[in-house]
Amino acid sequence: MKYELVSGFETHVELATSTKIFCGCTTAFGGAPNTHCCPVCTGQPGALPVLNKKVVDFAVRAGLALHCKINTVTHLDRKNYCYPDLPKAYQISQYDKPLCEGGYVELPGGKKIGITRIHIEEDAGKLVHERGFTFIDYNRGGVPLIEIVSEPDISSPTEAREYVEQLRQIMRYIGVSDCKMQEGSMRCDVNVSVRPEGSTALGTRTEIKNMNSLNFIERAMEYEFARQVDVLKDGGEIEQATLRFDEKTGETYVMRTKEDAQDYRYFPEPDIFDIIIPDEVVAREKEALPELPLEKTTRYINVLGISPSVAALITKHRKVADYFEKAVKAGAAASRAANFIVGVVYSTLSTEEEKDELSIKVSPEELAELVRLTESGAVNVTVAQSALSKMLASGLPLSEYIAAEDMKGVDDGELERICAEAVKNNPRAVADFKAGKEKAISALYGYVKRATQGKADIKKADAVIKRLI
Amino acid sequence: MNDIQTLHAMLYSGDVSSEELTRFYISEIEKSNPVLNSFVYTDFGNALESAKRADKRIKEGKGSMLTGIPFALKDNICTEGVPTTCCSKILSGFRPCYDATAYSKLKAEGAVLLGKTNMDEFAMGSASETSVYGAPLNPVDLSRVAGGSSGGSAAAVRAGLAPYALGSDTGGSVRQPASFCGVVGFKPSYGAVSRYGLIAYGSSLDQIGTLTLTVKDAAFVFDAVRGADGMDMTSSDIEKTPLSGEVGGLRIAVVKEFFEGLGADIKKAVLSAIEEYEKAGAQVGEVSLPSLGDVLPVYYIIACAEASSNLGRYDGIRYGYRAENYSSVDEMIIKTRTEGFGKEVQKRIMLGTYVLSSGYYDAYYKKARILRERVKEEFKKLFGTFDVIMAPTVPQTAFPLGFTERNPIDMYLSDVCTVPANIAGLPAVSVPCGEDAEGLPVGLQIIGDRFKDYPTLSAAHFADLSGITRRKNSVGGGVK
Repeated sequence: MKYELVSGFETHVELATSTKIFCGCTTAFGGAPNTHCCPVCTGQPGALPVLNKKVVDFAVRAGLALHCKINTVTHLDRKNYCYPDLPKAYQISQYDKPLCEGGYVELPGGKKIGITRIHIEEDAGKLVHERGFTFIDYNRGGVPLIEIVSEPDISSPTEAREYVEQLRQIMRYIGVSDCKMQEGSMRCDVNVSVRPEGSTALGTRTEIKNMNSLNFIERAMEYEFARQVDVLKDGGEIEQATLRFDEKTGETYVMRTKEDAQDYRYFPEPDIFDIIIPDEVVAREKEALPELPLEKTTRYINVLGISPSVAALITKHRKVADYFEKAVKAGAAASRAANFIVGVVYSTLSTEEEKDELSIKVSPEELAELVRLTESGAVNVTVAQSALSKMLASGLPLSEYIAAEDMKGVDDGELERICAEAVKNNPRAVADFKAGKEKAISALYGYVKRATQGKADIKKADAVIKRLI
Repeated sequence: MNDIQTLHAMLYSGDVSSEELTRFYISEIEKSNPVLNSFVYTDFGNALESAKRADKRIKEGKGSMLTGIPFALKDNICTEGVPTTCCSKILSGFRPCYDATAYSKLKAEGAVLLGKTNMDEFAMGSASETSVYGAPLNPVDLSRVAGGSSGGSAAAVRAGLAPYALGSDTGGSVRQPASFCGVVGFKPSYGAVSRYGLIAYGSSLDQIGTLTLTVKDAAFVFDAVRGADGMDMTSSDIEKTPLSGEVGGLRIAVVKEFFEGLGADIKKAVLSAIEEYEKAGAQVGEVSLPSLGDVLPVYYIIACAEASSNLGRYDGIRYGYRAENYSSVDEMIIKTRTEGFGKEVQKRIMLGTYVLSSGYYDAYYKKARILRERVKEEFKKLFGTFDVIMAPTVPQTAFPLGFTERNPIDMYLSDVCTVPANIAGLPAVSVPCGEDAEGLPVGLQIIGDRFKDYPTLSAAHFADLSGITRRKNSVGGGVK
């Protein structure tokens, strides 16, 4: 029997608000332990939570971007459990009435992964094990999170990767999170079950906790899928369990089984009355929603005529897409500008983070100027590309690298002379061309390019050559 | 004993300085507290320092009503650097790193903190006998309890150890000890006074209240501590109206359920007080609130559920008591909580944990919330046709020492008249209205509509003006 993978994700995304969800402490990453703290986020007796409105705004925006319905009357709940990183012994979260429900994430191939719900909650502190002691750092305690719960619609590790990548891109685009997986600002709990191919029933699932790397997610899913299939093929049963993925061995291990599942004793948070989101807030967030990456990619391909692979590379990073669009607005031919960005600009940015940041020394207007010169034939592509590289490295203006003679190209008399030479020295190609082999003329172009070190405008040369022949 | 208004006049006329006044209360505390056990912590050095600062302020003409007047705080209200233990072993040695909003407002007025007062552990009890420091005694009769949970605050005011005190009221913890000790106890509307810094018991019921000698004093203290607070989302501003004490046309509801199972003396004292109001022109009507039959289970389910969650944080890790000899974090937490919490607190944590657990939530907690809404609705309807409700504060007078431990069910039942105001978030004040055959004070409770705190106090003010509060046993008199 053949089995298929069924997977749903619970993704925690740290919101990029400047202060925590229930107090005024900073959310900045790092900082000496327990310096971003106050009575509220360390759960001092008598302290009370005050909800940061920005958190609600961001969660609404995230919900709208994932096509969810927004529950405009909702509330917070207490999730009670005892652990040293949770100073109140309860986490303020949402249980029966999440802020957002029923949306989807579209993958590049068009498949939609359903979003069950998005709710807001507070992050816990961090335990640090050192020198045989356990220390607690509450700096992260109270940092706002949204938990995005997907439907079990993911059917392969590749889809899982695409899903997480889309989610990350969207969250970054709408400015609600930096989604830095290695810093923990995006973490996934991966639910995995298997079923016979073609079946619609859901098998017993296991949950792999706290994954913060795309590669590990794929590996863990592959391992867990194979493990479950083996168990079933041996006639065994899958036990519902929470698992941990060991990055070194590439295997999953049981943390706890259903028997010792916790009873969180959820109940409505009495310290905060119902959250009522005015319609204006939903309307404002909807209005402010930028064009999302997948829509952008489609538009680049269909309207701007950019190749799908280049379009995807540009839209991957919001700042790059913005930069590109500014250059186009400043008059750059879209396709050429896109190629310059992917070909030249990207070669100076080695990591995804650098592309995300896009702190470069060439303005979109300068790029547009360069593209314009290239398109008009005043500068040829090779020269333009090398000029762009130099500008990116030095930050000096275009005029420093494109000299007057480059701009002029080759004057008409000189071009006439070189074209005549090309015709004279390539009788075979001329004959072929005359006999109807249009492509033969490229040999003459090559001659002109070599003779002028690439400075000649080939369009002009083409006209001259055709006249001479 | 002098009320706030008198002390204020004395300070401003120069008859007495705040320092002299503070020294007087210090000597009273030194004299009586070893017996009464009202205070569990005092810092007289600090009190005298604040008194001197207050004197300077008064001289500069920058003072207000409470400037220079000493007061006491219940031990569950946070004071920066000053021990705040909820009279529990688990918070032994705990000094908060911040001030409660109510306290910082009094501080800003130049009020002089004498110390922290005794209470039931985490405010759970009706006699202050669950305090780790032992029970405070009732100044009226030393063989009886001062009531609870704000027993120390009520006893201190009654015995003249402080002109006023703050307490907290989750199910009657300000009004019941006020009734037992023969002073005025005011529980404002839920949200009228910020709870920031009040160590939580039942978050949706807790409210800081006042213990004073007169109703006017209650209003002065309330003026100073109330108001919307950016640190408490459930707090709000309310409208202030004058305390006229005028009761002509006042519509008083007598709810028959409040008068069931009362001692004869109490019934007589309360009904005769209501007659005084009637004589002065108030209209009295008898009504029934059937949902009051549910209030005790509703109260205990909700209060305990919230308490079980609120008290989860006492794990010995960050502050307070920590058990010795453990081999794991889990064992440390279990031992700390087993040794650190008293029996009554443990009982309520277990009860609260049970009613919230899966499989029981719908039958208990969820049902209690539905019934709570029903109680609120009945009150809302009643206040459409009445201004205030008048009832006894407690069906009994002060219990003998040790009674509540032997009769826990009777103790729970004695909350029946006070918990409705907490369930519905209403303002309620208890004023003395006479004595029983043994000379123990009886309290008349006046309950008003939500956020009608001032009109409620105004109605109660009549009891002071007409002499109801001074019947038989007097709490008036001059500075000894």
